[in-house]
Amino acid sequence: MSTIQPIAGELEPHPDVALVDRVRGGDVSAYDELVRKYDRQIFRIAQHITQNREDAEDVMQDAFLKAYQKLDQFQGNSKFYTWLVRIAVNESLMRLRKRRTGKMVSIDEDVETEEGSVPRDLADWAPDPEQNYGQAELAEILRKTIQGLPQGFRIVFVLRDVEGLSTEETAETLGLSMPAVKSRLLRARLQLRERLSRYFRKKKGSRRNEG
Amino acid sequence: MTCSEFLALLDDLIDDSVPPEARAELQLHLRGCEHCEVTLNTTRKTIEIYRSHEIYDLPPGLRERLHAAIMARCKKGC
Repeated sequence: MSTIQPIAGELEPHPDVALVDRVRGGDVSAYDELVRKYDRQIFRIAQHITQNREDAEDVMQDAFLKAYQKLDQFQGNSKFYTWLVRIAVNESLMRLRKRRTGKMVSIDEDVETEEGSVPRDLADWAPDPEQNYGQAELAEILRKTIQGLPQGFRIVFVLRDVEGLSTEETAETLGLSMPAVKSRLLRARLQLRERLSRYFRKKKGSRRNEG
Repeated sequence: MTCSEFLALLDDLIDDSVPPEARAELQLHLRGCEHCEVTLNTTRKTIEIYRSHEIYDLPPGLRERLHAAIMARCKKGC
């Protein structure tokens, strides 16, 4: 089997390159390491897209199995993780499509909204506003808020800001242009900020104002 | 600099990739515009909160079960 060349311009090859090479050489335990390294991220991304726990479990299994089967097609000109995320995003969209009985599902869905273009809620937030909520309550607020974003904004925000992909990697993963990623990211950030303001703004009287 | 022009550079400011020539103008605008200062700070906080809180946890039991299923199929050649 052929070996992967380090990404051009990088002095040190990414540690995954050696693991991928070992898997290609027949060492399944090296794949075990790769799965343990990235399973949480893949599960999280799948949940963000499908918004369904069982679907996310299936996507995680299918994505890792597909990556294993297709490892020979991995060229090494992108990171293994970025390549894996692309597979997981595609599997997640396919799963959504199945659930919606064949209706087209794409990352372009619902992006033609003007909401969030200009911030309207100018209220400042309380210092460390998340501390006014318990862990479970806060997680529920964050879930509910991000689930309300249009799909095409949500995926970009998750890949770029939560999972730490670069703008270029996000564009490559989603098949979008860099300006499209930038524009969606700005609007996603502003919409989330605006929606979270109702929970985190400085309060005048009562402790909460969830209206 | 207007608020719209500031907003167009908001992501660059957050990602620390503002072109050097725009930096001084941004700082000047920020000092005189409370609206943009609040927008910048709360947008930064939004990102930080989503980064630091696990909202879709993968519990250890489920993780092990999924992991075992994946590796069993890989060992069989999928």
